[in-house]
Amino acid sequence: MPTRVLVAKPGLDGHDRGAKLVARVLRDAGFEVVYLGIRQRPVEIAAIAVQEDVDVVGLSILSGAHVALTRKTHDAMVAAGGDDIPLVVGGTIPQSDVPKLKDAGAVEVYPTGTPLESIIESMNALTSIVK
Amino acid sequence: MAEDQRVVTSESGIPLKPSYGPEDLPAAADLPAPGVFPFTRGNFPTGYQGRLWTFRQYSGFGTAEESNERYRYLLAQGGTGLSVALDLPTQCGYDSDHPDVEEEVGRVGVAIDTLADAEILFDQIPLDQVSTSFTINGTAAILLAFYVAAGEKQGVDRAKLRGTIQNDILKEYVSRGTWIWPPRPSLRLIADTIEFCATDVPKFNAISVAGAHFRDAGANAAQEMAFTLMDGVTYCDEVISRGRMTIDQFAPQVSFFFYTHGDFFEEIAKYRAGRRRWARIVKERYGAKDEKSCMFRVGCVAGGASLYAPQAHNNIVRVAYEALASVLGGVQSMFTAAWDEPFALPTEESTTLALRTQQVLAYETGVAKVADPLGGSYYVEALTDAMEAKVIEIMADLERHGGMVEAVEKGYLHSLIADEAFRIAQALDSGDRPVVGLNMFASDEPVPEVEGFELDEKGRLRQLERLADVKRTRSAAEVTATLTALETAAGKDDVNLMPLLVDCAKAYCTVGEMVEVLKSQWGEFSQPVVF
Repeated sequence: MPTRVLVAKPGLDGHDRGAKLVARVLRDAGFEVVYLGIRQRPVEIAAIAVQEDVDVVGLSILSGAHVALTRKTHDAMVAAGGDDIPLVVGGTIPQSDVPKLKDAGAVEVYPTGTPLESIIESMNALTSIVK
Repeated sequence: MAEDQRVVTSESGIPLKPSYGPEDLPAAADLPAPGVFPFTRGNFPTGYQGRLWTFRQYSGFGTAEESNERYRYLLAQGGTGLSVALDLPTQCGYDSDHPDVEEEVGRVGVAIDTLADAEILFDQIPLDQVSTSFTINGTAAILLAFYVAAGEKQGVDRAKLRGTIQNDILKEYVSRGTWIWPPRPSLRLIADTIEFCATDVPKFNAISVAGAHFRDAGANAAQEMAFTLMDGVTYCDEVISRGRMTIDQFAPQVSFFFYTHGDFFEEIAKYRAGRRRWARIVKERYGAKDEKSCMFRVGCVAGGASLYAPQAHNNIVRVAYEALASVLGGVQSMFTAAWDEPFALPTEESTTLALRTQQVLAYETGVAKVADPLGGSYYVEALTDAMEAKVIEIMADLERHGGMVEAVEKGYLHSLIADEAFRIAQALDSGDRPVVGLNMFASDEPVPEVEGFELDEKGRLRQLERLADVKRTRSAAEVTATLTALETAAGKDDVNLMPLLVDCAKAYCTVGEMVEVLKSQWGEFSQPVVF
């Protein structure tokens, strides 16, 4: 069974170059990618994550609203019964916000400039622990 | 050995020769002086001698009060143009009290819910004397209605208002994401604004066709120009097809907007080729009689996706080269990005340095002294020709795919851009596209530590309070009457919606209410998922 990853952009920011790139690179690396696209509501992301039984959920946020949106998505996943699914976040994220994102429920954070290979390695490590 | 030789190309894939000579120049008749159709060498015979390009810096603050204060400060410093950044809820058609958008209110720009906010935003600013540029698309018609109504409240006739709304929805469906309704009704609304500006607000630019966002999403320079010109054609076709206006009545109110990235000569060639191509399209396709209609008026941003986080100060140098290319390409206005943009909201210090970069270029280097200084260069002229040929080829391919609306609806445009973005990512990875500090001369220099931007919760609460106040004190009967009239008119194709939106604005209807009424008639866009 390939590892299933959900990639989505919560909130209203439409900059999806990074999200699409990561989705494609993960697919090429053998992951099964469920790509939802932009302007997704946290409750919908959570519902689909549970329904599709994904192994990890990746959010991409460039608007600056990453802490609030990560918390909302995490809470929605708990409410939907998906609290065992690891949540990772990438985007325009200052280093000083990384601890805040971890507090909000992210297990890994990939700020702009994170090499694609390290994202793949990190996702592999995360999902092998889960499995 | 031939197989050992790699073909050197521009970033858009145009093959380059080791050197260029007289045989690469177009015939003299095909290269008229600056200010002469088809304007390859610039729109004006004296270049920047008569007037420098406009230095336009984009900024936005949480609430209308804070923005108003900032604008009045800028005007007191001698500024003549305002640039309004709106928050994402306003751009996507949600009111500040919508439960899904609370974390985005006032974040990347100012929140505007009703005319009351617009009145505060422009309080004590003489709207007959300043020019205001709005980066707004999905709700552009509504913001224009607010601006007209705010002007009238000040006693300023709409004919005296100057400024620009971006109002380019096609690129939103593909790359920037602030869409609301499907393409066809959206095009109708854009054509309504173009007609309305031509008849009622003649000094206002109804649309700024923005390829910049295609570029930032991954398109190369040739694609950026081709996609943008196709969008321009789509909007003009829509207006012309109504049979109520000729091209000469509205083309002077259409402008364009691009990114300038790092391939120096290709960027110069891009602007020269774009100017020539648009001039020819306007004359040949629409039969323009006035040469002013054929002028390609263009603004640009230096920076964006061409900037990188590692060794971030290198971005200062990149932006300076890009700004130089933009000027040699003959742009009319420019925004220079701050070096810290890849990882933070720019600081006042970094944005000031970005502005200084333009000022040094304009006043110290002497590049603005002569129109089109590179005109007649073997290489630049040949590259301009090659770029135009490539643009023509890409536009023809889009025509074969059913035109821009179909390319958007079916996801074809999305896939072209995603493919190019992926190709660039691979080239950066492999080092085929060299970037200093990223894939060569890399160092362990850490990314500078920056503060995250904390939203002022008080500002959001004040916004919610004002919205509640407006809803309490406005006339419910007027709100219902104007919204009902808007809804009825939206169902008919031959009514211009702008006067009705101005009525709604004056009745203090909210952005969200107007958007919902139009959604009830037109539905919502659903983005094709392509990666």
